[in-house]
Amino acid sequence: MADTTNTAHFNRARSAAENPVKRFFRATEIDTRLLGMVGAMLIIWIGFNFLSGGLFLTPRNLWNLSVQTASVAVMATGMVLVIVTRNIDLSVGSILGFVGMIMGVLQAELLPQVLGFNHPATWIITLLAGLSLGAAIGALHGMIIAFLNVPSFIVTLGGLLIWRGATWFVTSGRTVAPMDATFRLMGGGTEGSIGATASWIVGLLACLAIVASIINARKQRKRFGFPRRPVWAEYFLSGIGCALVLGAVAIANSYPWPANIARKYAEANGIAWPEGGLFIAHGIAIPVLIAIVIGIVMTFIATRLRFGRYVFAIGGNPEAAELAGIKTRWVTVRIFALMGMLCAVAAAISTARLNAATNAQGELDELYTIAAAVIGGTSLAGGMGTIAGAMLGALVMQSLQSGMVLLGIDSPLQRIVVGVVLVTAVWLDTIYRARAK
Amino acid sequence: MTDQRTPLVEMKNISISFGGIHAVDNASVDLYPGEVVALLGHNGAGKSTLIKILSGAYRRDAGEILINGEPADIHNPRDAKKYGIETIYQTLAVADNVDAAANLYLGRELRTPWGTLDDVAMEAKAREVMGRLNPNFQRFKEPVKALSGGQRQSVAIARAILFNARILIMDEPTAALGPQETAQVGELIKQLKREGIGIFLISHDIHDVFDLADRVSVMKNGQVVGHARTEDVTKDEVLGMIIMGKVPPKAIPGPGAMQMA
Repeated sequence: MADTTNTAHFNRARSAAENPVKRFFRATEIDTRLLGMVGAMLIIWIGFNFLSGGLFLTPRNLWNLSVQTASVAVMATGMVLVIVTRNIDLSVGSILGFVGMIMGVLQAELLPQVLGFNHPATWIITLLAGLSLGAAIGALHGMIIAFLNVPSFIVTLGGLLIWRGATWFVTSGRTVAPMDATFRLMGGGTEGSIGATASWIVGLLACLAIVASIINARKQRKRFGFPRRPVWAEYFLSGIGCALVLGAVAIANSYPWPANIARKYAEANGIAWPEGGLFIAHGIAIPVLIAIVIGIVMTFIATRLRFGRYVFAIGGNPEAAELAGIKTRWVTVRIFALMGMLCAVAAAISTARLNAATNAQGELDELYTIAAAVIGGTSLAGGMGTIAGAMLGALVMQSLQSGMVLLGIDSPLQRIVVGVVLVTAVWLDTIYRARAK
Repeated sequence: MTDQRTPLVEMKNISISFGGIHAVDNASVDLYPGEVVALLGHNGAGKSTLIKILSGAYRRDAGEILINGEPADIHNPRDAKKYGIETIYQTLAVADNVDAAANLYLGRELRTPWGTLDDVAMEAKAREVMGRLNPNFQRFKEPVKALSGGQRQSVAIARAILFNARILIMDEPTAALGPQETAQVGELIKQLKREGIGIFLISHDIHDVFDLADRVSVMKNGQVVGHARTEDVTKDEVLGMIIMGKVPPKAIPGPGAMQMA
């Protein structure tokens, strides 16, 4: 194909004139914005580690950080799609509270009457009911927005008040506890982690998937004779990807169970208690695994499916999308239904982690979720945003918070810092984007 | 008209009003295969509105649309596309934030057997079509926002011809273009005409119109002033129709023609 050779020449001519750093980024096609965020996060981590005298970058703290991030990270993936289509969802925290309370009552009070306590099906029935309820609430919001033309800001502001109020009415404000034993695994902890061996297996599978997807992408481009990345860049990307995955697994695997739990476990299983204590690794926590799987699924939806393409097209130019024959209203309904489902997942994680469903669960989560998406590069003007960025944004927010807790900073000051960071991050992003043009 | 063939498109007695204002009032136009009909008129004369009824963006209040002599049901842009009607809008109507291939296939994406987007196949086809329209175009990986006006225009045109349109509506196709690109669009229109596609051309540029169109239909205040073959009238006469609604002797007057006292 004449075209391809032209492009290749053109690219080579262009890259020869660039400095090595630029050439490196062009070859690897790494998103420099995302890289900047990773850099900012590392600075935050190292800063806190220094200030706390080495308490931040420990397997224990990083493991806890990952678990604390899971719930908001899950919701942030959906918030990206909402914001990309120039909408907003202020009700996610209240939906989380309401769905969490319903799931709590279902598994702690209603289902045991029918199935008996700790029935193996309790958790799945509860979860499915929660997901359906979340989707239904989201779809209701979406329909009011799409078909009655009420702005999403108002609809979900109403939702924020309504569902928080509804949460109270479910039990007249009473906290529901404890949760079903299996359900509780979704919250993490020693039980809710998959252990060292399984973590390594997950890590290796992830590495295989990374390599396979890079090879597949290259094959596809070869098939149609498109320009491809240089081979060294492919090796580099595979290497970096696998190193990150395996590094994360290694950290999760070097955080042992607390001594008293390990001792109980040893006694229960007839293992002799060794001198230096028994080292049983946590491994990856189940909520983190859930969040990662959801991140992958949402990325797939956003980039590989027609629905995702429509979401971005609507965000870029709603009129063009409509004229191209896209059923924009139904896409909106589906986005909000999806958001509601993700709130239900987040509700499961947070009620399981707390081992209770409370009235105040998820309060202010809408703001952290929006902040995570926006820090992660989702543009409020619509049309731009990535799932991975939003999840990273959630991790940055959580890092700040738990770092400040570690330093013993008072909670009013924590909020001030988080607020300042949010505004600064978006300001820096605006400058970056203006330059990138 | 002496033409005895069945018109490709016949819009009969179309009316639409927005909040009491008759944007289009009892307008009739037709189009034959391989013909370019220019719709002329001032801003707000109702040309774009009339054409948006054909492309499914607006729903008519009254009147009838016949495609190949048969009544057509057009309620939305999807319906129009089913009849082979493709539109290039004045505003280009491209999604700025996605790349050229995504725009070409917007609403009609190619999919793999697993139901996922077949981006590679779409890009391959996009490269082929764009190569024909605009051989210099190479920026397939960038969002359309990064492209020049002419390049965006080629994307919008490529989208219209990609799906074997039989009826093409071009609303100010050269408004954003330089002279060279305008000439390219002119060439393209002639080529499409030879392929038997019927084209409605909305334009302000009377020179363009006389170069490209076989007939003109002039609108004023939502009504059709009249129709004429371009060879039968002069530019001044057409301007007279646009400005005063004065119909020259060789043109066929419509309901909007100036009443001779």
